[in-house]
Amino acid sequence: MLNTLNGLLIAAVLAGTPLLLGALGEILTEKSGNLNLGVEGMMFMGAITGLAGSYYYEQGVISSGGTPNGVVSALIALAVSFIAGAFGALIYSFLTITLRANQNVTGLTLTIFGTGFGNFFGEYIGQNAGGYVAVSTVTKNAFSRLNIPVLSDIPVLGPLLFQYNWLVYFAIVLAVIMAWFFNRSRVGLNLRAVGEDPATADAAGINITAYKYAATVIGGGICGIGGMYMSMVTTSGVWVHDCVSGYGWLAVALVIFATWRPAKGILVAIVFGGLTVMRMYVNIPGLPAQIYDMLPYVATIVVLVVTSMRESREHAQPKSCGLNYFREER
Amino acid sequence: MSEALQYAVEMHHVTKTFGKVVANHDVSLELRQGEILALLGENGSGKTTLMNMLSGIYFPDHGEIRVKGRAVTIRSPKNAFDLGIGMIHQHFKLVDVLTAAENIVLGLPGKAVVNRKEINAKVAELAQRYGFEIDPAKKVYNMAVSEKQTVEILKVLYRGADILILDEPTAVLTPQETDKLFAVLRNMKKDGKSIIIITHKLHEVLAISDRVAILRKGEYVGAVNTAETDQAQLTEMMVGRPVSLEIERPAVERGEKRLQVIDLTCLNSDGIKALDNVSFDAYGGEILGVAGIAGSGQKELCEVIAGLYPSIGGSVLYSGSHDGVPVQERILGLKPDEIVKKGISMAFVPEDRLGMGLVAGMDMTDNVMLRSYKSGKGIFVDRKTPRALAEKLIEELEIITPGVETPVGRLSGGNVQKVLLGREIACQPSVLIVAYPVRGLDINSSYRIYDLLNEQKKKGVAVIFIGEDLDVLMQLSDRIMVLCGGKVSGIVDPHKVTKDDIGLMMIHADAGKEIQEKEA
Amino acid sequence: MSTKNGQQKEPWIRMVKRDAISQKKAWAIRAAAFILSLVTGGIVILLLGHNPFSVYTSMVVGAFGSSTVIHETVKIAVPLLITAIGISFAFKMKFWNIGGEGQILVGAVAAGAFGLFTAHIFPKLPLVILMMLASIVAGGLYGLLPAVCKAKWGTNETLFTLMLNYIALAFIKYLMNGPWKAEGSSFPKIAMLVPGARLTKVLGVHWGWILALVLVVVSYIYFNKTKQGYEIAVVGESNNTARYAGINVGRVFKRTMFISGALCGLVGMLQFAGADYTITEGTAGGVGFTAITVAWLAKMNPFGMLVVSVFIAMLERGSNTIQTNFKIPASASDLLIGIILFFMLGCEFFISYRLIRRGKEEQNA
Repeated sequence: MLNTLNGLLIAAVLAGTPLLLGALGEILTEKSGNLNLGVEGMMFMGAITGLAGSYYYEQGVISSGGTPNGVVSALIALAVSFIAGAFGALIYSFLTITLRANQNVTGLTLTIFGTGFGNFFGEYIGQNAGGYVAVSTVTKNAFSRLNIPVLSDIPVLGPLLFQYNWLVYFAIVLAVIMAWFFNRSRVGLNLRAVGEDPATADAAGINITAYKYAATVIGGGICGIGGMYMSMVTTSGVWVHDCVSGYGWLAVALVIFATWRPAKGILVAIVFGGLTVMRMYVNIPGLPAQIYDMLPYVATIVVLVVTSMRESREHAQPKSCGLNYFREER
Repeated sequence: MSEALQYAVEMHHVTKTFGKVVANHDVSLELRQGEILALLGENGSGKTTLMNMLSGIYFPDHGEIRVKGRAVTIRSPKNAFDLGIGMIHQHFKLVDVLTAAENIVLGLPGKAVVNRKEINAKVAELAQRYGFEIDPAKKVYNMAVSEKQTVEILKVLYRGADILILDEPTAVLTPQETDKLFAVLRNMKKDGKSIIIITHKLHEVLAISDRVAILRKGEYVGAVNTAETDQAQLTEMMVGRPVSLEIERPAVERGEKRLQVIDLTCLNSDGIKALDNVSFDAYGGEILGVAGIAGSGQKELCEVIAGLYPSIGGSVLYSGSHDGVPVQERILGLKPDEIVKKGISMAFVPEDRLGMGLVAGMDMTDNVMLRSYKSGKGIFVDRKTPRALAEKLIEELEIITPGVETPVGRLSGGNVQKVLLGREIACQPSVLIVAYPVRGLDINSSYRIYDLLNEQKKKGVAVIFIGEDLDVLMQLSDRIMVLCGGKVSGIVDPHKVTKDDIGLMMIHADAGKEIQEKEA
Repeated sequence: MSTKNGQQKEPWIRMVKRDAISQKKAWAIRAAAFILSLVTGGIVILLLGHNPFSVYTSMVVGAFGSSTVIHETVKIAVPLLITAIGISFAFKMKFWNIGGEGQILVGAVAAGAFGLFTAHIFPKLPLVILMMLASIVAGGLYGLLPAVCKAKWGTNETLFTLMLNYIALAFIKYLMNGPWKAEGSSFPKIAMLVPGARLTKVLGVHWGWILALVLVVVSYIYFNKTKQGYEIAVVGESNNTARYAGINVGRVFKRTMFISGALCGLVGMLQFAGADYTITEGTAGGVGFTAITVAWLAKMNPFGMLVVSVFIAMLERGSNTIQTNFKIPASASDLLIGIILFFMLGCEFFISYRLIRRGKEEQNA
């Protein structure tokens, strides 16, 4: 029983981490007043580019007669996936911030584009690699669970807390930093003002365009890293067609569930992660596995409806979210 | 050099257009060091637009701006701050979910980490120096209007602005609060700050300013020393011709009781009583004026009667006739379409013309049929009749528009109001409620609107006129009901009371009794 | 910020709202954007080592080159078009229904409930009518749910409808693995619709295409000539104005979302009984999302949607051909659609605004 619970918790953390990364990226984006529904697209872009980055690095090193280094490979995946997600967000930002296109439609288009981008290049690189893309054991090991001396060896707590892959800790640290950033830093305060009331922030001398671009592009980069987690950890460094499908939207749901608070996002990510893997651990007689899959979505709807009934002013979606800002509008 | 330093701000030949609308044309204006300059002009004369070019909200199409003798480009509010220019906008620019202090330091450079204790202390200290009372840790969404204004002013002072622009700061204040504000402004002037105050209220101009600059239809008319002028001269400069500000009030015999409102009570979104036991009658052939400080329950009153806002008590009785048959109905709680179905013709010109009364993106035909599209059988709309009506309105009310197909949002304020009022009058109402019908209109359009209201009165319509300018209210209305904090402080005959009496009733709900006694 | 003489210049480029632009000019801008998007796509193709002209030609031929492929193209266009029409009902009143996927799926399931289990009871015509009605009701109710919450509490419909997509998807997976699993299959899948219950073909494609064309005309009339269409437009512009005009905003939300969901549900039935003959996780296949961009690009005009959906169907069908001919993965269509949409979304800005370069305002004024 305890073993099952431990196993479920560990699996929940592992499954929740890409969702957390996607959600963190989207929280940052929404705090600037941009509702980017392209999370899934950006995750796809990060997933394929991260994988491709490591793959080509390995191929390059091997063809020049060397041995690939796992850490370098992982860092390349991190950087490349961030850049790819940021690139997707940059397209979105240019269209919505500079050219004032509708945010919903642009975000959906980004999802279509990103999905196409991921699957297309996944297959294309696979074709050229003779069937499918996969990274070597060196890189796989760099994304497998850590073995921290002493800590990882503590019974029960060791596996529960100190034996995850490094991206898990990366995501948690990022969430904590973001929570601090929104609440305590000056730039974070300014950013919140931009998302809540851009006209006011503008009158206060804050450069709306710069803030929106920066938050959206960095947010997109974080989503990209979340996608890279999917291709490097979840599918163990092999490109699987449609591997991100649905997870991007789940990340958007997580944002709502976490009521736009990054620290709360950590807990919600574990819950969501748990719900997505629960069927493998808990078997309630009469409840089929696929019904478990609905739970995160049903829970999100419940939260949506409940928060709309309560009408909270804080801990809600930034007020200007989804609306474009144009100073000379008249 | 010395001459250059004489001026805090100089604007030379500034022009700004929005699409085809010229908001400012070739305006030149100076603000001297350490003076209070009143910027006077009618609604729509371009005062706010001009000042927004100083505060970095808009960028001029043409012209030059010099601050403290140096030619500058003000591209953003940040540039304006850097030059020491701070503007207090009419619509407060504050972030609701942040505290007073957070709003005040917003956008300022400083340490990367916000130390809330420190900024709260700093803000408290600044507030004390000028005699403001404020809790720096209070969230803006919990604040009253005057508190928000205080935060706005502190925000500008905190930034070390020495050129302050206030856009109609008294519009939301009671007379007492206005006096307090003026005292603070005089203190600031003593401090050596240069101040521009935008207003269209003449007595305030005379009370506070050193000089007056006048704009008319986006153009600069001239400037005069306040000590050397009077209301008549200022009015003439503002309007462009000598104006008798007399408004006609035709004598019409009072008709039947059309609307009887008894003990009407409703709550605002915070659960506070927006209307508190309001009772009055409206008669055919009379204009009932409604006076009060902004936010005293005027909006709720109109919308409750029109069926757009929920009430928690009281009743509204309507009596009139429909096709010759007498109709008597309790209309409280009915939706607008249900009121129409009962055969009641009540027209309502709301305050928010393009956000409630009209659809900005639709053409005139589609707007004219807004209230009548359901008439006629079948599932299809009839656009022929409304189109004909739209064309008739254009002709009769001299509405300036490229045609019935132009979206009404593109028309000027006065023409928008003519479309709205024209449509409402066309349904031949027996009760007509108009909320702030001349807000934002120039004098000509305003007088056309007064004429239209008088015509309706002559036809025997019961007109309820929500106004803000006491002079207009007193000249146009047959009776005036004064609201104060959602209560009726009294219903008076404008012949028999003074403007000061009404002003008193606006701020003291109890003042009405004495005045009504005096009147009797 | 400061230049050499301490003076600051005006920004080198500014934008100003246009008053109005002639239709001709607007279409010229759109055409230019479209060509630019093809050029961008062409560069991608070039970088992959192919000749963009032959790839594009191959796509067009692959979509329209023979009656067989035309049938395929139409088969792709029909669900896209009907879903886009359905979605535009909601979008016209600024109700962001991005739950087309889910509504299609529940429509398919409802049709499947009759098609798979009552085919031996009913003759074909009543069966098809039953399937249609079931899919309309199911899709409609699925669309109604978020509208009820929005009308009552103002619940955010974008995220609500989105979540419903995945609930429907999980439900289909449940049916595939459990109660509806085809007998004798080791693989989780739902049985095929018996040939006798499948939709009749007219000119080589199931009659859904005729229905789609009828819906184009009917919805155009509905939007522009009926009282309900007028109500939708007013609600879309301003809820306050609608209430003022005596329109029951909540009722319009509910009624219109029912129609919107019902049309999407109908698509599910057409896919099930006319195209796939079974229900899978891919029954909606992203149509619900692509249709949104179709509706948006056509500015909610049904005739425009007809053109756009045929075009997108051409890209999707054509990308299958380039996969065989050039070994370019079929996902290229999504990539290309994305690029084209980006350009079309961006170009609207240049229709609404004009740019003024420093010191150039005289010439333009």
